[in-house]
Amino acid sequence: MAGVKQSLSVDLAGIRLASPVLAASGCAGTGRELAGLADLRRLGGLVTRTLTYKPSRGWPGPRVAETASGIVTGVGLQNAGVRAFVAEDLPRLARTGIPVLASVGGASLQGYIRAASILRGERGLAGLEVYLSGPDEENEGLPFYSRIDRMAEVIGAVSRLSMVPVFAKLPALIPDLVPAARGCIRAGAHGLTLIDAVPAMAVDVRRLRPRLGAVVGGLSGPAIRPIAVAAVFRVAQALPQVPVMGVGGIATAEDAVEFLLAGAWAVQVGTALMVNPSAPTEIAQGIAQYLHAKGLASPGDLRERMRLTGERPARGASAS
Amino acid sequence: MRRVRAEILNSRKLGAFQSITLVAPEIADRARPGQFVSVAMPDDRRFILRRHFSIHQASRRGGWAGTLEFVFDPQGPGAEWLAEAKAHQFLDVIGPLGRAFAYPRAPSNCLLVSEGYGASSIFFLAQELRARGKRVDMVLGASEESHLFKPIEAKRLSQTIVIVTADGSSGEHGSVMDVVPRAAQGAGTEVIYAAGPRPMLRTVAEFCIEQRIPAQVAVEEEMACGTGLCFTCVVPVIRKDGSGYDNLRSCTEGPVFNPARVFWDRWTSEETRAIPTPPEGFPRVVSSWPA
Repeated sequence: MAGVKQSLSVDLAGIRLASPVLAASGCAGTGRELAGLADLRRLGGLVTRTLTYKPSRGWPGPRVAETASGIVTGVGLQNAGVRAFVAEDLPRLARTGIPVLASVGGASLQGYIRAASILRGERGLAGLEVYLSGPDEENEGLPFYSRIDRMAEVIGAVSRLSMVPVFAKLPALIPDLVPAARGCIRAGAHGLTLIDAVPAMAVDVRRLRPRLGAVVGGLSGPAIRPIAVAAVFRVAQALPQVPVMGVGGIATAEDAVEFLLAGAWAVQVGTALMVNPSAPTEIAQGIAQYLHAKGLASPGDLRERMRLTGERPARGASAS
Repeated sequence: MRRVRAEILNSRKLGAFQSITLVAPEIADRARPGQFVSVAMPDDRRFILRRHFSIHQASRRGGWAGTLEFVFDPQGPGAEWLAEAKAHQFLDVIGPLGRAFAYPRAPSNCLLVSEGYGASSIFFLAQELRARGKRVDMVLGASEESHLFKPIEAKRLSQTIVIVTADGSSGEHGSVMDVVPRAAQGAGTEVIYAAGPRPMLRTVAEFCIEQRIPAQVAVEEEMACGTGLCFTCVVPVIRKDGSGYDNLRSCTEGPVFNPARVFWDRWTSEETRAIPTPPEGFPRVVSSWPA
């Protein structure tokens, strides 16, 4: 289709991404690790490891168990704390020139506020992503996402403090996903990230014990992709104006296109980055080829393209 | 570190292990003992993680220049697939990864202690030490004879060698630590290098600390990415100033560590419990945990 001027760039709540493929939280390192293996400048953006106000050593090992088409991990948010991030990692990441989003976590409202305050106004930060899957010490240790009002409190506080767009990261397996998404947006979030790792456990049957030090961890990788696509689809149908980043098991361009067709504005690549450091670049190239083949100009054009009820091809039609 | 498509030169059985030699000059030229390579699994997504193997041999010169050998236990998903790989097949390999063993500056007598698969990196180390004029002695341990790593080759590489198996099927009957003190004394050992499973490393480390022998140990931790991204392969290491410990990644800050700084009590007591100790900063009583 000659004549269509193609661009991979995406505007995500005011953040301009050169490519719709970002590195997901906890999977892209600090800008040092992939040197020589992948060019971070070719990423659409990067979401950092989840940062907490105080440093955390995380869970004891083992921290990873491989399962069918996925991995169960329990790292426990090991990080050097938000201050160390601002002093050491952020300048290095900012030099890449790509949008950097800081993932913010906490165990209480106060924890989120403290972390967000330190990040406030930091140059080199394009946005924040709020991790909501951790235990809330003010709510019997239940995850923040288990109560919409609680999520809204956190998102509201972080959004008021932040000078850059804020994305709420939601898990797939809550029955009121759409109300939760709506609640986060009403509270001040500029966009959403869907989904977080799915709670999961692996058991060592030979030694009769859990395979992770954390006992229960989170499943990621291709195994969770259909779950993530469904979550993106449900939210995008209900809130078509809200920028959504889709994440969960994306390893190929085709996987990413699934998310874009389901309604995502951009995608994040996590587990695949650990396996194939150049996965995001390859996926971005593949998306460009797909768009070209379909005669579309930009990734955003895919959002309205999925055929739903009433537009199915006639039965028996050839697949040409 | 480089990522290359490397051709398999040959794949052969080595007792209970499998050995693969690759043509990978970009990696072989830079590889040092203690470092490892990361090998991608097939694209069918059944198991997705790369597999990590310490470098057994890297040739920079001679007829085998540019080749790299690693050895593995052909058990379990991934390893079984790799053991079936044939010559001329290509593998997606990243390496060399991790921190290598450091060599002593002054001429020294080095005792190289290993158990089972751990011997893999020790042979490469022995060659490099000898090339630097060091005396090399070895203690080679295994559960049984079939898991003993190239004993003939080991004899060729070392001044003296003690072989020990848990079932007595080859060499002495017992554990590595039963023979290390005697071997160290006989050889006038000044530096100890060790590689193998956690409990064995701990006993060697305790001996080194007690005898004030400088030592380095290479750990065998399960890794997900091998490149430092995921923080799954951590080892608790006491800070230099003694103010506490940090969980360091064995893929990037290791796999070679100073055993005097490994927090052994914590590391070897990491049995999983029904109610695990929560990470700092999180409430004590919870029904869910951050993954």
